Amino acid sequence: MKKIISLLLVCFAVAGLLSMGGCSKSDPNTPVLKVYNWGDYIDEDVIAIFEEETGIDVIYDTFETNESMYTKVKTMGASSYDVVIPSDYMIKRMADEGLLAEIDTSKLENYSLISDKYKNLEYDPDNKYSVPYMWGTVGILYNTTIVDEPVTSWTILWNEKYARNIFMMDSVRDSIGITLKMLGYSLNSTNLDHLKEAETKLMEQKPLVLAYTADEVKDKMISGEAALAVVYSGDAITCMDPDFGNPDLEYVVPDEGSNLWFDAMCILADSPNKEAAMKFIDFMCRTDIAAMNRDFINYSTPQIEVFESLPEEIKTDPVQYPSDEILEKSEVFADLGESIAYYEDLWVRITSG
Amino acid sequence: MRKSRRLASLALPYGVYALIFILAPLLLILFYSLFYQGSQGFAFTLKHFLKFFDFSEPVYMKVLVRSVRIALVSTVICLIIGYPMAFILSRMNPRVRNIVSFLFVLPMWMNFLLRTYAWMTLLENTGVINSLLGSLGLPPINIMYTEGAVIFGNVYNFLPFMILPIYNVLIKIDKSVVEAAGDLGANFFKTFTKVIFPLSLPGVTSGITMTFMPAVTTFVISKLLGGGQNAQIGDLIERQFKSVGDWGFGSAMSVILMLIILVVAGFMNSYEKDKSAGGVLL
Repeated sequence: MKKIISLLLVCFAVAGLLSMGGCSKSDPNTPVLKVYNWGDYIDEDVIAIFEEETGIDVIYDTFETNESMYTKVKTMGASSYDVVIPSDYMIKRMADEGLLAEIDTSKLENYSLISDKYKNLEYDPDNKYSVPYMWGTVGILYNTTIVDEPVTSWTILWNEKYARNIFMMDSVRDSIGITLKMLGYSLNSTNLDHLKEAETKLMEQKPLVLAYTADEVKDKMISGEAALAVVYSGDAITCMDPDFGNPDLEYVVPDEGSNLWFDAMCILADSPNKEAAMKFIDFMCRTDIAAMNRDFINYSTPQIEVFESLPEEIKTDPVQYPSDEILEKSEVFADLGESIAYYEDLWVRITSG
Repeated sequence: MRKSRRLASLALPYGVYALIFILAPLLLILFYSLFYQGSQGFAFTLKHFLKFFDFSEPVYMKVLVRSVRIALVSTVICLIIGYPMAFILSRMNPRVRNIVSFLFVLPMWMNFLLRTYAWMTLLENTGVINSLLGSLGLPPINIMYTEGAVIFGNVYNFLPFMILPIYNVLIKIDKSVVEAAGDLGANFFKTFTKVIFPLSLPGVTSGITMTFMPAVTTFVISKLLGGGQNAQIGDLIERQFKSVGDWGFGSAMSVILMLIILVVAGFMNSYEKDKSAGGVLL
């Protein structure tokens, strides 16, 4: 028996060593670019094309939430990566803390291909720190075989008819944000009364919730595990895919409005390789590359030529490109400053209460 | 003298390893839990611990109590299933025994995260088990995303840690002792309660410790099988480090958790009469 166990330990040790090694670069003169992006958020072929065209080696890492990315960059320093792709409110926070380098957009050949609609937004008013990569909304994905009423409001997530049939996001800002929106407040509210009200609502909802999930919600909704789920628009499109998705699923942005979010490419303040980083960002804005990424991840693109080349049914699809009316009612997350601690504590009380 | 010194030098690599990878991180955690970075460098504080022991809002303590409860229940179930299993195993013909014990260890060759993901697919409402039950005309079991699923995941993942130490002790029990009990007129039940069970206690205690420790500290199982609504202390600690960024508070919770484990381990050790036979796997 002991032999088996020691053999087991050896196996683990060897596996550990193997997974640790293997990142050594052969040629020290090849420039290396470190990119930090959301998981499942690029067509990886694009990286190979970039490496081939420029001779720059790319080290590509992924993160799951803005907060985990921020914590890592903060701990490892602003030189840990060259290019990072955070969302709106996080860009503001990182810029305010001096973690981001200014980007001279006049040096980007393809910058003019990014629609002006997505420039000069609140999180980066002068486009000093970021170049938009993708955008989208947060909404409700629902299974029409279970939900037979029209879904128009966030309140359906509080309907007892769907007890233990609802997936919420395990994400502080999104889950509290949609609750505030349902109550008619701003999703950036720092008013304690609003937040207390939202907390009561979320507590009320808890018995109805099947699970607070992250990425795995896609598989679960496709297999018909629950009636309703709060998801990002791009994930909804993946779930509704005619080939490998579930045809019974529909996505809607409720009438109260929602979160309108942007993920944008930034360069870290102490990036050792700013030139390569600029090249990468410019490359990502190029029409053929931006189109590859859009086709792969299905989120809404800010790139004009890619948008124009889309088939009419996608351009007018309310899921991917919602009406101006809905967009007007939606809000972009602002950085909450100190109040984020209150949000975090609130969320701990919800998920552990 | 010289020989023992030479032998001691063999322990040097492990000593260095322990210093860098065990002792230093522990001291760092203790440091982070007791100091905070102010404008004038690090300063001593108890605020992280006070936040945890805030009796006006005992969220964190409630989570700790739940974690200990879930871990205890899991450990007891492991013991109830594991002891008879180990006993049966120890009575098997050695050839069969080796194969069967190999089968016990085999699933552990696969990463436990993967195994837990597999259980998600098996247990969910539209999963394999419920589809099978449905096709047989039986009602579905709605266990996924409940505390029951978390306990199930714990038992499944940590059962080998209960069986193996007990089994290891049981096969070492001198057969003549058992035979002597029989010769003196003890029936099977009496032999078991008076001879075999007391002799196997060192295995039981190390089995309990080895099951309880990972069960109380786990953080993935409750997230995946529990659906994130019954956070355990491990989840809270992970959250402090990965998303909130409050290392001080995360470290304080880790220290509290380590103290609890130390107490449990110490308690179990005091029950262990024969130290040489105990701690088989540790």
